[in-house]
Amino acid sequence: MLKDITLGQYYPGDSVVHRLDPRVKMILMIVYIVMVFLVQGFLGYVCLAAFLAAATLLSHIRVKFLLRSIRPVLFIVVFTFLLNILFTRGEHPIVEWGILRIYWEGVRFAVFMSLRLVFLLAGTSLLTLTTSPMALTDALERLLKPLNAVHFPVHEMAMMMTIALRFIPTLLEETDKIMKAQTARGADFDTGNLLQRAKAMVPLLVPLFVGAFRRADELAMAMEARCYHGGRHRTRMKVLHVGRADGWACCVTAATLVLIALERALL
Amino acid sequence: MTDIIRVQDAWYEYERADDEGELAVRGVSLSVRKGEWLSIIGRNGSGKSTLIKLLNGLFLPTRGSVTVGSYDTRDEDHIWDVRQRVGMIFQNPDNQIVATIVEEDVAFGLENLGVNPQEIRERVDAALRAVGMQEYAASAPHMLSGGQKQRVAIAGALAMEPEVLLMDEPTAMLDPGGRREVMETVERLHRESGLTVVLVTHFMDEALRGDRVIAMQDGKAILEGAPREVFAREAEALKAAGLEVPAMAELASRLRARGLDVQGAPMTVPEMAQALIARYRERGASGNAG
Repeated sequence: MLKDITLGQYYPGDSVVHRLDPRVKMILMIVYIVMVFLVQGFLGYVCLAAFLAAATLLSHIRVKFLLRSIRPVLFIVVFTFLLNILFTRGEHPIVEWGILRIYWEGVRFAVFMSLRLVFLLAGTSLLTLTTSPMALTDALERLLKPLNAVHFPVHEMAMMMTIALRFIPTLLEETDKIMKAQTARGADFDTGNLLQRAKAMVPLLVPLFVGAFRRADELAMAMEARCYHGGRHRTRMKVLHVGRADGWACCVTAATLVLIALERALL
Repeated sequence: MTDIIRVQDAWYEYERADDEGELAVRGVSLSVRKGEWLSIIGRNGSGKSTLIKLLNGLFLPTRGSVTVGSYDTRDEDHIWDVRQRVGMIFQNPDNQIVATIVEEDVAFGLENLGVNPQEIRERVDAALRAVGMQEYAASAPHMLSGGQKQRVAIAGALAMEPEVLLMDEPTAMLDPGGRREVMETVERLHRESGLTVVLVTHFMDEALRGDRVIAMQDGKAILEGAPREVFAREAEALKAAGLEVPAMAELASRLRARGLDVQGAPMTVPEMAQALIARYRERGASGNAG
């Protein structure tokens, strides 16, 4: 049951968006988030929606997948929408019903607020859907390299992330195995109140932890046997290239940013 | 033949917090010759896994010395040269793969050595081809079978172009199919590119494939020689050390004890069949079959 779990939500593909340099994608994502917070006014939202739609179209990611990533936070979106619509005061009431008053400004604000949330989630999901966790780690390591100057252990952090990613499926498999072994001996993980269930987890977690430490020890030895000695003098097989598509992506993003910033300044 | 690794009177003591340490290797001397296949056998706790970790400087001898080429493993300046020359495969295929993509893992050692990207690419591809895993280059390691994972680990060691490949019970956690897959790969590399192999195993049929076998007991090397000779001649000593001799060697010695003189030293089932047929024909020819 645990075997078919995927790492993150990466959806392999070979689209233009998939092939963009992960560093560029990451920076563009930050710019995108800035845009989502800057946007104000109708035109801005249209621009942002068009930007997101274009990116989705180019990535060949089905809209269904994007929407699926929004689902877990749908409650927050709806909640924000209701709060804003009910408690924003304005000058043009639409509905007056007892103490309930809904204003035109409230509707507008609520729609925009919810849209922002949706844009934020859909955009960031698009990044994780089109970029493997490994590529993201790699990009992060290279982007944060300047922090080495202030003795921030960039390489070590990235290595830890890589190993964590590598061992998530292995440990899940092991959890599954231990769970079955304990169930076979009469352990019960599914009934009882929260406290009882938490207690039932102890015989699961102890062997898992012990196993993880043993693994860590063996892995450290295997890494040493293959000459691992930290990030100094280390090279990488994959060289990242900033290509023409990356240039275009930057241009389009910059143009959108300018439009949104202009609209905000003029309003 | 030249010696690549030379172990002289090496002792190794595990440090323990409570009392005095535990001596796992007690005065072993041996050498690994270029191009040979050396098997080390012994029961659990005989010190064979500790011994093999002394050979690439993962453990440093408490007493005595281990030299690889011209480098002493205690020489910190050259420890990476030692480990580049002497690759190592471990028992658990899961705990020696570092990266989330097969080819990235094969590249790991070369990246550590600071080889330039272009060359890493070429050597990784060559190593994956050598173990027949090229079509899995972009796969995730956890999707592979045990045997495939071990082959990826072998590719990772091969990419560093070592002279010696150390293997610490590489098939102990695999199913029969995986075992065969791994042993065939190693055998081919040994035969075709002259890779020196040091194999720690408790499968006698694996030890049988080698040029030389060393049996360990209580941290000491008790027997040494060509596998067939050792299994045929020293069966009693091996049993005393808690080791099994290959089933066919055992059968041959029992048949002899019952008065059926089996010729040669059959170690595998086909060899035994051959020997028995030969024996039967001989008897038939002399006219007193029965």
